[in-house]
Amino acid sequence: MSRLLRPASRLLSSCAARPVAARSSFQSNTLPRIASIAARRSYASEGGPKEYTVREALNEALAEELESNPKVFVLGEEVAQYNGAYKVTKGLLDRFGEDRIIDTPITESGFCGLAVGAALAGLTPVCEFMTFNFAMQAIDQIVNSAAKTHYMSGGIQPCNITFRGPNGFAAGVAAQHSQDYSAWYGSIPGLKVVTPWSAEDAKGLLKAAIRDPNPVCVLENELLYGQSFPMSEAAQKDDFVIPFGKAKIERSGKDLTIVTLSRCVGQSLIAAENISKKYGVECEVINLRSIKPLDVETIAKSVKKTHRLLAVESGFPAFGVGSEILALGMEYMFDYLDAPAQRITGAEVPTPYAQGLENLSFPNEPMIEAYIAKMLRL
Amino acid sequence: MNFLRPGARFLRVQLVTTTRCSVLQTGSRRRASSLSQKPGAAGVRFPGAVDSKFTNSLSFEHPATYPAIPTYQAMGPDGDIIDSSFEIASEEIVLKMYENMVAVSIMDLIMFDAQRQGRLSFYMTSQGEEGTCVGSASALQKDDVIFSQYREAGVFMQRGYTFTDFMSQLFANNLDAGRGRNMPVHYGSAALKIVGPFLPLPSTQIPQAAGAAYALKMQRLTNPNIPARVVACYFGEGAASEGDFHAALNIAATRSCPVIFICRNNGYAISTPTLEQYRGDGIASRGTGYGIDTIRVDGNDIFAVREVTKRARELALKDGGRPVLIEAMSYRISHHSTSDDSFAYRARVEVEDWKRRDNPITRLRKYLEKKGIWNEEKEKEARGRIRKECLKAFAEAEKEKKPPLRSMFEDMYEELTPDLKAQMTELRDIIKKYPDEYDVSEFEGGIDSLSR
Repeated sequence: MSRLLRPASRLLSSCAARPVAARSSFQSNTLPRIASIAARRSYASEGGPKEYTVREALNEALAEELESNPKVFVLGEEVAQYNGAYKVTKGLLDRFGEDRIIDTPITESGFCGLAVGAALAGLTPVCEFMTFNFAMQAIDQIVNSAAKTHYMSGGIQPCNITFRGPNGFAAGVAAQHSQDYSAWYGSIPGLKVVTPWSAEDAKGLLKAAIRDPNPVCVLENELLYGQSFPMSEAAQKDDFVIPFGKAKIERSGKDLTIVTLSRCVGQSLIAAENISKKYGVECEVINLRSIKPLDVETIAKSVKKTHRLLAVESGFPAFGVGSEILALGMEYMFDYLDAPAQRITGAEVPTPYAQGLENLSFPNEPMIEAYIAKMLRL
Repeated sequence: MNFLRPGARFLRVQLVTTTRCSVLQTGSRRRASSLSQKPGAAGVRFPGAVDSKFTNSLSFEHPATYPAIPTYQAMGPDGDIIDSSFEIASEEIVLKMYENMVAVSIMDLIMFDAQRQGRLSFYMTSQGEEGTCVGSASALQKDDVIFSQYREAGVFMQRGYTFTDFMSQLFANNLDAGRGRNMPVHYGSAALKIVGPFLPLPSTQIPQAAGAAYALKMQRLTNPNIPARVVACYFGEGAASEGDFHAALNIAATRSCPVIFICRNNGYAISTPTLEQYRGDGIASRGTGYGIDTIRVDGNDIFAVREVTKRARELALKDGGRPVLIEAMSYRISHHSTSDDSFAYRARVEVEDWKRRDNPITRLRKYLEKKGIWNEEKEKEARGRIRKECLKAFAEAEKEKKPPLRSMFEDMYEELTPDLKAQMTELRDIIKKYPDEYDVSEFEGGIDSLSR
């Protein structure tokens, strides 16, 4: 009975790979899906992994979802005519036209509110913020409207929306434009939050976000956009999605568990490699991928093996993702820890503009190595 | 239910009581509104629209029904004065304004190239908008407070910000008042009473300006001996799409704040043309909607901008204060910033056309030449002199020392906290221990700044 009355609860429980037509107030839920995607694609046939930049991966994810679901549209400042402030939406206007790739006035609360409204009415908007620093103008729409409406409507009103854009510090853009919002959005019941690192992460998580019937924040990183990663053959296909709430072990090891996200994954991997060469100890590096829901199980399993836990993130230290991981460690892994869990975070300071100080304000490889060495008494 | 939540009932009762009280208390002060239907009156005085008449003809108000708000010009494109009713400033002031516009344009050229050479991370030019900035700033008093956005180098120049000040900020050296914590071009000056663009977005200064104006008004209420002052607030037409703008105009109007909102409508917000930024008659039409005195002015006409700002200032201070909105029309000849290549979204020929057809510098030059107080020789001399000054300040600023090391620890708390002090001592000890590893000579005061 309750299923009949509350169709959306079904949508929610199947955190599905394929979008189920969300309940909409004015659209029929039998919209035909376009079936000819595979025919238009060319590169997947070549076989083997290919190098993708994160930017290309995001672009491909958007293109595929726009192609496969006519309800998907992208809106934001500079996304159409200018091909995106960071060129993530490059070529999409030409391909999908101005009804689906929409330039907006400079009014975050306006276009974000519009996108939330469109989602409530059954469309699948992808709302791009030029950076998540600007999303603070619209945070009420994200936190109070998008995240809570499903719950407060008694489960009858889903909000299938994706918020995406660069998050965290970039280079030389001073305190107001260098903030990490993982902890902000990660603390909101009703939101899902993902933080891709590699090109595969970026593509799989963004596609999953668009297909997921819930509001999802995709926190990208400007410094990663131009970075290249190998993309497996499977990931190059248009049905590739990464499930939420599943972390990925990027490097396995037996001596220490590093839990990290976004750009810090790459840094942690380098640090782990260096430490391995220097001292022959092996660190396990866990890429969280999604921070809400958070994959406690993978972390706990790893800590049971290594008995040491280090969280690495670039947000501010207080009340951050690192704090959360350490608290979870206390709750679920205390008996397995051989040493106090540690965290490496950004510095407790409004991000300096000066290049030298900016560099010192965030984790880097030597700092991670130093922590590992300290924790393992190397 | 009520039993479970006794508070709910209590709250409701309280709410009713307070509402009633407030009606009783303020009823005498406020105009009786919907209560007074006079016999034979043409309309009920609805509280929300007290002067509206009833009509039996159903029609919507279309924006097109109203003619576009005219654009005031005092000087035509050829430099001829077309409004004889105003007083032109003294020759000295006019020449100073001209030189200031030229100075901004010269600095823009030099710094744009310097950014391209990698000598600073970022720059924004104000080509095409020198008249709006210099002209409006020239009509303000020196104690008036200014909230700037980021394309107002002309305002700073006119108010006495020197090339050294500009360059110090751009190169974030020891003389930079912001101690290198801002991106380049985010100038600010306590001495000149300009609250710089310490903005996360292009619009956050607009409601703050209303607040500052409210403070000035309150200050004068408590101490009438303080001279009357206004706040001038600059922003672009793109920023006027943010909620901040609307909130600011409404709060300024309802609290009668003496603030002059100066919108630089330059046609583009990064790549977004005004056509996609808004519908309706520009930014000016919104002013009247909020009950604010509003004017539109030709931003290429520095005399018009100056005169309009002067009158706006008088208006803003009348009857205890009120906001005024000025929409200054211009064309952004420059790219949005050094991070932008505007030819990706607009035709080069369009820009060239605007540049050639009209700009505030050439227009004033035409006037000056017709008056016989300017010529090619003077122009050459002035440009050479200004360029030299600018380059001198540039070279000095690049060589100037960096802010003291101590400033890394300062300004978060008024006094350094014990752990900050400990960190500072640790830093000093490390530098002392490894003098060959750390060259601190480029910082003001070297290692000594860490010892105080």
